[in-house]
Amino acid sequence: MIEIKNLHKSYPIGKDSLHVLKGIDLHIREGEFVSIMGSSGSGKSTLLNIVGLLDEHDEGDYYLNGQLIKNLNEKKAAILRNKFLGFVFQSFNLISYKTALENVALPLYYKGVSRRERLKTAMEYLDKVGLKDWANHLPSELSGGQKQRVAIARALVTKPKVVLADEPTGALDSTTTDSVMDLLKDINDEGMTVFVITHEEEVAAQTKRVVRLKDGVIISDELTKKATQSA
Amino acid sequence: MFDLDRWREIFQSISKNKLRSVMSGFTVAFAILLFTLLFGVVNGLSNTFKEAFADDAMNSIFVRVWKTSKPYKGLQTGRRIQLKNKDYDFVKENYESKIEHLTARIYRNVNISYKNKQDNYNLRAVHPDHQFLEKTIVDEGRYLNDRDLKERAKVIVIGRLIKEDIFGEKPALGKRVNMNGISYKIIGIFSDDGNDNEERIVYMPVTTAQMLYGNNDYISQINVGYNPKLNLDQAIAFGNKIERDLKKKLDIHPDDQSALRVRNMAEANKGVGQFMGILYVLVIIIGSGTLIAGIIGISNIMIFVIKERTKEFGIRKALGAQPSSIIGMVVQESVLITTLAGYLGLSFGTYLLSLIGNSLEEDYFIKDPSVSSGIVIGATITLILAGLIAGYLPAKRAARIKPIVALRAD
Ligand SMILES: Nc1ncnc2c1ncn2[C@@H]1O[C@H](COP(=O)(O)OP(=O)(O)O)[C@@H](O)[C@H]1O
Ligand SMILES: [Mg+2]
Repeated sequence: MIEIKNLHKSYPIGKDSLHVLKGIDLHIREGEFVSIMGSSGSGKSTLLNIVGLLDEHDEGDYYLNGQLIKNLNEKKAAILRNKFLGFVFQSFNLISYKTALENVALPLYYKGVSRRERLKTAMEYLDKVGLKDWANHLPSELSGGQKQRVAIARALVTKPKVVLADEPTGALDSTTTDSVMDLLKDINDEGMTVFVITHEEEVAAQTKRVVRLKDGVIISDELTKKATQSA
Repeated sequence: MFDLDRWREIFQSISKNKLRSVMSGFTVAFAILLFTLLFGVVNGLSNTFKEAFADDAMNSIFVRVWKTSKPYKGLQTGRRIQLKNKDYDFVKENYESKIEHLTARIYRNVNISYKNKQDNYNLRAVHPDHQFLEKTIVDEGRYLNDRDLKERAKVIVIGRLIKEDIFGEKPALGKRVNMNGISYKIIGIFSDDGNDNEERIVYMPVTTAQMLYGNNDYISQINVGYNPKLNLDQAIAFGNKIERDLKKKLDIHPDDQSALRVRNMAEANKGVGQFMGILYVLVIIIGSGTLIAGIIGISNIMIFVIKERTKEFGIRKALGAQPSSIIGMVVQESVLITTLAGYLGLSFGTYLLSLIGNSLEEDYFIKDPSVSSGIVIGATITLILAGLIAGYLPAKRAARIKPIVALRAD
């Protein structure tokens, strides 16, 4: 599903450049539940953004669903994101003037689905994250955990191949963290590839594979107890 | 083009962000309001001028005579000049192709009496063409004709107000009145767009007057209606030529302004035309200045608005929005706001103008100020274009921002 070979990424900082990813090799197969661990500034988000086609890499190869990602223009990238990827951000990134339902339905709008169909599907996914009764509330009327569940519903509504979550529990307390992780686990159980960034060991422990980053290189990549249990 | 979902997105974005939308719309509405008022007021001025000339035909040239003020060819100063039939014929024969209407005029004061009523009025003895030169409107009966002139008929056409003075509500047409001891038949009653005095005038055949008042061939004045095909400059040249030729014919010094005077409406028209032209140019300059200020205003606000929405665009992009969709959304929103706001400004302006109406006519010479539909359409097109430009440039820049950068924006 995701295949990365010798990936490099630098950010220009004034005259210099900051070498953030220094040769990453990573292969994630369909249906995996992977977490990336690492201290702050180790390049986790950078990696996830490249995988999510929100940013471009400098060197190395990246295959998404078998397709080489190279010199993508914005339009193609948008189509691929809409088709294959679902995003969950730490800061939720819901559109403030849209209701929960409308937020969830938005990716379907960009997919060209009819309005009726959009709202129906969006409602199903809201139901799935347990927020059917909150469909017509604005994000400002929801708690952090609820917002993140709306964001997850939005990420899932197009039935993407991969869900990318950048510290989805970073802004949540431990109970809501657990409910969000349970949700991601359910999604994975249904066969979706899930790729989570976290710096909490407990969160990583609930995934099936932990990749550890340090200073832009992978220092370990191992399966968790969960993986061995379910295998 | 008509994408209901897109419109829904835009309406939502506008209605959920009212302050922002109102702010963007305000500059445009204000600019258009000013533009409308300005244009309306100038139109009002123009109407006043047009009105001032409505009394007589616009293509008139009047020839009048008085006493000489310069000696010429051994003739003395102070010589009284008299126009005669042969001068009228001279004009008629020499400039036929340039003349549409031609009439002589003789002025007299008359006393009209009918039964026990009587009053004094101004008489004009004229040719039939006078009707067109004076824009006389015949309400009842008919105007003078060539036969009346040939037969020196004792017939008159009286103004509407004379009829009211003397006959009141009773019919006057066909009645005979006594005018300075001679009986005349009323063959027509007329009205006139000029002032009331114009409707207290008696018209009679020029030949009848010449026979009855002195039995001579004198005339007081010659009125020419030049061919409307002549442009203003040609008409002015024509007036000058008549003046030169008649002065020569009557032995008047070419520079004698007192002995023979030609009043040419073409000259006045040209003056008014130039004045209005300058006024319109001014309005167009000020108006487009205002419009441009409005466009710059909305562009600035759009830049601000788009900056504020950068993160939203980042989110939309992450969810699969293509750059064209972002641009389209912003541009459409901008066009919608400018058009609506502009229309609001226009309507309010037109409403204000209609309130003003004719109330400023007396003191400020502004009559019925209003804007034409051409202006409205032009302004609307300008607005749509303005919205397009104001929205497109910043939207394009916004769409180019990488989603990751946009997402990081606050
Ligand atoms: N757009 C950028 N421009 C410059 N430096 C950046 C940019 N994005 C991230 N960085 C830097 O790259 C490093 C890695 O960032 P990031 O991938 O966000 O780390 P993490 O998510 O692991 O905390 C950090 O030092 C960060 O400051
Ligand atoms: Mg990060």
